[in-house]
Amino acid sequence: MEAALQYIELYEQCRGMINEHSTPLLNQPREQACEDFRRLGLPTQKLERYKYTDVAESFAPDYGLNLRHIDIPVNPYEVFRCDVPNLSTSLYFVVNDRFYDRALPTAPLPEGVLVMSLAEAAAKYPQFIENRYGRLARSSKDGLNALNTMFAQDGLFIYVPKNTVVERPLQFVNILRADVDLMVNRRLLIVLEDGAEAKILFCDHAIDDRNFLATQVSEVFVGENAHLELYELEETHVKSRRFSNMYVDQQRNSSATLDSITLHNGLTRNRTDVTLSGEYAETRMFGCVVADKQQHVDNNTLIDHRVANCQSTELYKYVLDGEALGAFAGRVLVREGAQKTISQETNANLCATDTARMYTQPMLEIYADDVKCSHGSTVGQLNDEALFYMQQRGIPQDEARMLLKFAFVGEVLDSIRLEPLRDRLHYLVEKRLRGELSKCEGCRLCK
Amino acid sequence: MLEIRDLHASINGKEILNGISLTIRDGEVHALMGQNGAGKSTLSNIIVGHPAYEVTSGTITFNGKDLLSMAPEERAHLGIFLSFQQPVEIPGVSMTNFMRAALNAKRKAQGLDPLPATEFLKLMRERRKIVDLDSKLANRSVNEGFSGGEKKRNEIFQMAMLEPTFAILDETDSGLDVDALRIVAEGFNKLRRPETSALVITHYQRLLDYLKPDIIHVLIGGKIVHTGGPEVAMMIENNGFDQFIKE
Repeated sequence: MEAALQYIELYEQCRGMINEHSTPLLNQPREQACEDFRRLGLPTQKLERYKYTDVAESFAPDYGLNLRHIDIPVNPYEVFRCDVPNLSTSLYFVVNDRFYDRALPTAPLPEGVLVMSLAEAAAKYPQFIENRYGRLARSSKDGLNALNTMFAQDGLFIYVPKNTVVERPLQFVNILRADVDLMVNRRLLIVLEDGAEAKILFCDHAIDDRNFLATQVSEVFVGENAHLELYELEETHVKSRRFSNMYVDQQRNSSATLDSITLHNGLTRNRTDVTLSGEYAETRMFGCVVADKQQHVDNNTLIDHRVANCQSTELYKYVLDGEALGAFAGRVLVREGAQKTISQETNANLCATDTARMYTQPMLEIYADDVKCSHGSTVGQLNDEALFYMQQRGIPQDEARMLLKFAFVGEVLDSIRLEPLRDRLHYLVEKRLRGELSKCEGCRLCK
Repeated sequence: MLEIRDLHASINGKEILNGISLTIRDGEVHALMGQNGAGKSTLSNIIVGHPAYEVTSGTITFNGKDLLSMAPEERAHLGIFLSFQQPVEIPGVSMTNFMRAALNAKRKAQGLDPLPATEFLKLMRERRKIVDLDSKLANRSVNEGFSGGEKKRNEIFQMAMLEPTFAILDETDSGLDVDALRIVAEGFNKLRRPETSALVITHYQRLLDYLKPDIIHVLIGGKIVHTGGPEVAMMIENNGFDQFIKE
């Protein structure tokens, strides 16, 4: 509880300052969130969904918070060159928790599409936000949601109106930037109205050699007949800790592809909860993790089939080297009445060293009697006979190991529908597996 | 020239080879025949450096170089090739990427630049024809979903790509129908150059009819018990291995 106490004290001391530098819609739920946090505290490993990550350990150190929103000088174009060749995106930057409005793409967005600071949107367009902010990410249910809601002052808002198709992918580069150890509490709200379509790509980077702790709570609304592709790529450094809670609600006939790729990090905990609220909706979830050193990656997912005739597919693959620790817990819940559900869940893992560890926990809970569901997981080592076969052909052992690991995660990368991104990831993953990407491609000095 | 001197070897503490001596000169094809479990595959695996086998004493040199101190890939770079008895399936690694990695690793060891992509693909096309390997297979993962015959053809295709100076064919004829056997054997013969030598492991006369070995060795209980000319194959075909056990 000690780690939690410092945040309660900080909130009590600084609530005025927090509110002053945010906006009423975001301020309104803070007090309740604080009440919830007092009750829940930081999640402990006794909780089923937090079994594999010691949250308190990450939150115990003393981080600075930029509650006054003092400008931290940064020129994103100078520090960031991680472009995806041949992928023409509308490129935006988010520095810590703030939407960077001094570097906006020049190509116009379709009419009515909003991409902006969440705080600004809450002030200008409260009608889009008031019934959605905090509706999926309930602070009463999860200590991290509560903590994030207490401190979140800004973030990102994406809105695609009814029947509007955003052809050009929206790319967001989340930059962690600070001269001191920093905690960032970021909030994302994504709304696709009925019939809307968008492809969204997040790239997470940390550009300073500092300890970072980032909490991110995302709420994603996918309307009827709407189609979303959402890619998240993390390329931070070993001193960064990421706690992401993403909640997705899908209406009838909608589809959502959620791709999560952890290429380089310190400690990462991604929680993704998808609720299928309307019939004939489809969810495709993919995850690819490459970790070594003492990196820690914990993906925890829930796909909640609330109604009949929906489909979900889930495929996560991990390659663990060094003393890395991986965890995957995926629960698929098929509720009473969710007949004709089709669901497939797979988690496959490769521990390339004796010291790498993987925890895997696929879960299928079915309360309907006419469904087609499967789940499975594997943990294995590199195939010695395949290694030897390759060496006999003259391929050096390191190269052979790299080819086998690359082949293993290739299945996940091939699921990426954005072709230039897929090509780029092939390149990045190969570099990473060769050990040439111990710092991220576009950044100056992360280690 | 490959020279094996008094080779003893074991796997999991069990002795399998009990003092093998063998010299294969440039240009020669030797056959190694023997019952199941005699140690034929053990010998071929040791020559190429399989880590599961432990050499307890003896030496193997190739053109004067000590093979036993080298990693498997270094031996491959010297021109040693094994056509595996059971080729391994490698899901997710395409034949093209696999061959490119192998060929360029060898070129690097020889101080050559990687082969440009167009030249590499042209070479793949040419060499595929030698063993009549379907172009579709080249786009698939290494050996994945290949039939038994296709896997063996694929071994000879890889040999054609890598142009070894010493090749071991470990029961390359097993699992092949007569037509496939002819294609594989003729493919091997097309690839022979005056300086290339080979060690052919087989149970059957038929492959040897095509390959025409210069010398045949009979291996029993981890030892070579008889060495002779092509007539030895016929002796085995007619009277089995018992005649040599009595020797």
